[in-house]
Amino acid sequence: MSQSNGFMKALKCRECGREYPLGATHVCEFDFGPLEVAYDYERIRQSLTREKICSRPQNMWRYRELLPIAGEPTVGAKVGYTPLIKADRLAARLGIRELWIKNDAVNYPTLSFKDRVVSVALSRSVELGFKTVACASTGNLANSVAANAAAAGLHCYVFIPSDLEQGKVVNSLVYGANVVAIRGHYDEVNRLCAEIAGKYGWAFVNVNMRPYYAEGSKSMGFEIQEQMGWKIPEHTVVCMASGSLLTKIHKSYQEFSKLGLVQSHGWKIHGAQATGCSPITTAQKAGLDFFKPVKPNTIAKSLAIGTPADGFYALKVMKETGGHGEDVSDDEIREGIRLLAETEGIFAETAGGVTVGVAKKLIAQGKIPADSSAVLCITGNGLKTLEAMLGHCGESRVIKPSLREFETLLASDQTEVAGSR
Amino acid sequence: MVEVLIPPQLRRLCGGEEAVEVGPGTLGEVLRQLQERFNGIYDRLCQPDGRVRGSVLVLVNDEDIRFLRELQTPVHSGDSVRLIPAFAGG
Repeated sequence: MSQSNGFMKALKCRECGREYPLGATHVCEFDFGPLEVAYDYERIRQSLTREKICSRPQNMWRYRELLPIAGEPTVGAKVGYTPLIKADRLAARLGIRELWIKNDAVNYPTLSFKDRVVSVALSRSVELGFKTVACASTGNLANSVAANAAAAGLHCYVFIPSDLEQGKVVNSLVYGANVVAIRGHYDEVNRLCAEIAGKYGWAFVNVNMRPYYAEGSKSMGFEIQEQMGWKIPEHTVVCMASGSLLTKIHKSYQEFSKLGLVQSHGWKIHGAQATGCSPITTAQKAGLDFFKPVKPNTIAKSLAIGTPADGFYALKVMKETGGHGEDVSDDEIREGIRLLAETEGIFAETAGGVTVGVAKKLIAQGKIPADSSAVLCITGNGLKTLEAMLGHCGESRVIKPSLREFETLLASDQTEVAGSR
Repeated sequence: MVEVLIPPQLRRLCGGEEAVEVGPGTLGEVLRQLQERFNGIYDRLCQPDGRVRGSVLVLVNDEDIRFLRELQTPVHSGDSVRLIPAFAGG
């Protein structure tokens, strides 16, 4: 094996096992199966120890042997190592013994887990000699590609559905990216990008660079295990758009187990979707191992993928680990956002509301037992999806700059509190 | 005639063509016409049980055939068929 490929061996088809060189390509020519990076785990086992990880800076690259770049990261070197919060107040409200929040709402630099995948995809794109990078996005990915490309001096095109939240549009434009808004659902944007990627010599992070890109999500799972004290959580709840994050969190648990970095006692991974776009959870609840595509209609726009690329594999992970799928309505999503904000002081975007809402349901159903421990993966920041909460969390009260007016207001609050006792 | 857009992954099999024309019929018949011209293409697009692979998106006039009648979807003269790898995005 060539040392110049780092710890990677080849790209390998998940369906037929055929191997391909480590270039910018994402599907097998024979069955269109997804290509995945194959690693030299023997060499990784010799190199990667808990001590070595702990000696490195606190970012996602402390697990670099298990991330698919050949050399040192050139883009996003500071991404990751977000807080894992013990959420006692939320645990009490949801009725579970122990609850943790993995908070990628504060990931650096663009406040979503997408900085992880983009850091890998763009570092690998630079290694492969690309000058222009691109993506199909529901918003967070576009923000991250735009920001990280700007910092790396790469030319950038991002493609988004035209009905995205303003916060997500501005958050791409500000970095000088070429933002192309498509009249259509994300699935239509995605198809167009698959065709553009086939025609132009660009690095599309989630098309031809997808085998590398997707692996970046594992770092969220590596961090969870390290921050839990080198343990795999009993239950992990992950929101699903394409389903890729869920499969990669699972893979991160498998890899740390295989390398002896954690003791494995089994784990369950649960998938969360919005009812208005729930092809994967609908299939899981029906006991199917394939999904039927849907036309999305939900406020959780970052999860609005009706034809989820990794839906099949996400179903497989839930089945193999004994996890469950569940979905929540738009009102339940807003309730989930408020619950997390009011109990833990964390403002998540709509996808986070989905995760919290689904965790609440699974605990109430006993599918996550009350005496167990669970981690909720929060993937993005509420400041980017303000539209979803406008008018749904009260209004500020306007008074004159007068102590008397304030005291009148306070007195009415205290009357209300007394009345509600 | 029906225009079928060929993705890069299949172009080597299709003599480098980006698009080919075939006669109208059901989608299944369109794919069989492709097989007659480019031996092996049917197996790459369909599973052994004859259904289109989950790893391939087949669009007739921009609509996913799973929202239509799958292989029974009628394809008329002037329609377009797009074949796109499904493992992208997210």
